[in-house]
Amino acid sequence: MNRLRAWFLAPSWTVVITLFLAPLAIILGYSFLTRGVYGGITAPWTPDSYQRLIDPIYLAILWRSFWIAGVSTALCLLLGFPLALFISRSGARKNIYLALVMLPFWTSFLVRTYAWMFLLRETGLVNTILQKLGLIHSPLPLLYNEGAVILGLVYGYLPFTVLPLYATLERLDRSLLEAAADLGAKPWATLTRVTIPLSAPGIRAGAILVFIPCLGAYLTPDLLGGGKSVMIGNLIQNQFTTARDWPFGAAVSLVLMAIVMVLLFTIARGEGESLL
Amino acid sequence: MERVLELRDVSKHYPSHHAVNGVSLNLARGEFFSLLGPSGCGKTTTLRMVAGFEEPTSGEIRLNGASIQHLKPYQRNVSTVFQNYALFPHLTVRDNVEFGLRRRAGNHIGDRVRDVLDLVQLAGKESRRPAQLSGGERQRVALARSLVLEPDVLLLDEPLSALDPNLRKQVRAELKAIQRRVGITFLFVTHDQEEALSLSDRLGVMNKGILEQVGTPEEIYLRPSTRFVASFLGAVNWIGDVGVRPEAMRIAREASRNGHRSQPATIVHSTFLGNCVHVDTRLSDGKPAVVEISRLGEVFAPGESVHLCWEPADELHFSELRQE
Amino acid sequence: MKRARGAGLAVYAAAAFLFLHLPLLILAIFSFNASRFTIWQGFSLHWYSAALHDTELTDAAWNSLIIAAVATLASTVIGTLCAYGLWKRTSRPLAGSLYLSLVTPEIVTGISLLAFYQWIFRFLRVQLGMHTVILAHVSFSIAYVVIVVIARLRTVDPTLEEAALDLGANEWQAFRYVTLPAILPGVIAAALLAFTVSFDDYVITSLVAGVDSETLPMVIYAIARRGVNPIVNAISALIVLGFGSLVLISERLRSA
Repeated sequence: MNRLRAWFLAPSWTVVITLFLAPLAIILGYSFLTRGVYGGITAPWTPDSYQRLIDPIYLAILWRSFWIAGVSTALCLLLGFPLALFISRSGARKNIYLALVMLPFWTSFLVRTYAWMFLLRETGLVNTILQKLGLIHSPLPLLYNEGAVILGLVYGYLPFTVLPLYATLERLDRSLLEAAADLGAKPWATLTRVTIPLSAPGIRAGAILVFIPCLGAYLTPDLLGGGKSVMIGNLIQNQFTTARDWPFGAAVSLVLMAIVMVLLFTIARGEGESLL
Repeated sequence: MERVLELRDVSKHYPSHHAVNGVSLNLARGEFFSLLGPSGCGKTTTLRMVAGFEEPTSGEIRLNGASIQHLKPYQRNVSTVFQNYALFPHLTVRDNVEFGLRRRAGNHIGDRVRDVLDLVQLAGKESRRPAQLSGGERQRVALARSLVLEPDVLLLDEPLSALDPNLRKQVRAELKAIQRRVGITFLFVTHDQEEALSLSDRLGVMNKGILEQVGTPEEIYLRPSTRFVASFLGAVNWIGDVGVRPEAMRIAREASRNGHRSQPATIVHSTFLGNCVHVDTRLSDGKPAVVEISRLGEVFAPGESVHLCWEPADELHFSELRQE
Repeated sequence: MKRARGAGLAVYAAAAFLFLHLPLLILAIFSFNASRFTIWQGFSLHWYSAALHDTELTDAAWNSLIIAAVATLASTVIGTLCAYGLWKRTSRPLAGSLYLSLVTPEIVTGISLLAFYQWIFRFLRVQLGMHTVILAHVSFSIAYVVIVVIARLRTVDPTLEEAALDLGANEWQAFRYVTLPAILPGVIAAALLAFTVSFDDYVITSLVAGVDSETLPMVIYAIARRGVNPIVNAISALIVLGFGSLVLISERLRSA
């Protein structure tokens, strides 16, 4: 059996090593090299790129990324929880509702981001309707700012909180809620002091599933942020294209990876094992 | 008779415990042999080692004289009927039964399949899928699937335990009849002593990885060699270090004189079981004793002082130290 | 009190579902707008026609299709074999690496592949093109395939393979004739998933695509960057329709 299994795992190992791990190793190496005259990389080996990160400009980008990712995650949890609650109580129609939640996610991410461009731009639908209703006189700058980025991220990743929250709520022991009511707790108290604390695993899972992609977001801030909301992802992309400062881009990438791994190890240790 | 299967001092050790310890067995061709024991005694592990799903830590397994313990399951001419039948759900009954034959070069597959399905009385159901069959029918497909390969030994892992209790007796009889007809050696694993006693030509009793005794059903029941074997098959009353079976005892009002042994006891109560009566009594040392008498005997009232009598020949003596 | 709260929750849920689906619906509706402005000026298929006649778009769509098809085939085969191997006995390093590939931000995967390719190109006389994109897509799709197939494998009774071995099949035959048929719906579902993930990818593809291997997302992105264009609405509607159908089929197969 071991021989067959080795043959079966070999192709995956080949792909993982050559097309995933080796590239990461190369990036690790590049982060310690110097920018060549025409871009690219050259000797000498130096930790300069990492030290450059301490510059306030880059720290501001780092902070902004955390801020945007944090706000988006919080909103996804806040908006997703009542929805998950609703679905977990909807009896026979659960699967239909779950499908309705997931369906948008599996259509193109690019298209869904573009949809908000269409809606929020100055001549877009939202502004047109507000003007027609007489609520505003000139179009609001809804697009190309941090708020639009957060909106785009929440829209994109909301399903990622609904699913784990639903899974946890579904497994919740109803008798605990009944016991709370029996002991005199009003519905709101039961919610805040029993249901939500017991949903902690789902909240953790959902938070991780949203925070990490948001932290490394590229497309959303690029299309919806209009250059005013540069996040880590944009910074990295910039270094590898326009600025052609590969060592610095590599260093930023590795810092991002390190942050992601730390978050995973501390908060979501068991998640991966259950999937794979 | 020729030995078709031989286990020589086979052991299976895991890091946490010894599942099988030094088991030695000889099966004769055409024999119906059962391995009997409580769950966890190592009987299934022994079976799996013969089948090839586990490799012995030490010892040898020989089939028709040749060592097979290093061979893969598909290289051994033994076949297994699994406890859950393991029928391939996406294949029809016919395809299931044909499966092993198709892995071999050979002709007349259709004939052999038809014959074996006749044997297990499933003719006409070839095109059904396992999901459309009853538990008993599925068991027969599993049996047919293995029998059609004409293995040297057929291994059966508690094949009746998943069936309805009322179905079991009937299937048991059919199984015995089939074995007699095809003449293949059966190695049958079970924890049910009634099954083992009624089906087997010989049986082996296992406990905690050790094979305690091998013999015919009469030998095992009437002359158990260890306390465990005595109490696992049938019931035993312990009078001190001596064992006496309930059906070997009588209840008398006075102590016996004519060479029979006797023991004073107090009646606790009687239970009418239809074909016999079980009388629970308490001995003078406080230990319980059950007597099985036919219902044509006297009636005894609870609290009555009586004597339990038996013949010395019915006593079971063991040299080993008593284990409580 | 409870009923009022139940109703409140239902209203919220309806609003949430609207939030999730309305933007796409509006996008689709306006793809039929005769005018390019947000004021409705009549029903028209003009933008669809324009999209289908735009050679840059159709070439890119064709590229996307080829890339997705080839990458899907490769990643489905490799991923299925991998899932089977992991199901038999797990490999923490491999499972861990696959999990890592899922959580690594796309931008990081993309630039690392770019750096890797450039480094390789010093030794081979190759350039960025369709093949570099396909390899990249295979790399990030495998994890998705493994997850779907391994979930399906966990519903399969392990004694079935033992029975197959017992009856004379070797390990490969047991996989081919017993396990593979049982997981086939899951494998197809995984393939459909891999296809949509590959077709839709922008970040990684844009970094490793060559000059003549533009994909549909890259063209859409370029147009969107310049501003809103109803042609994009039309393409978007088609993509959503296509993906939606594939995903629905995939979900049906997963629970088959």
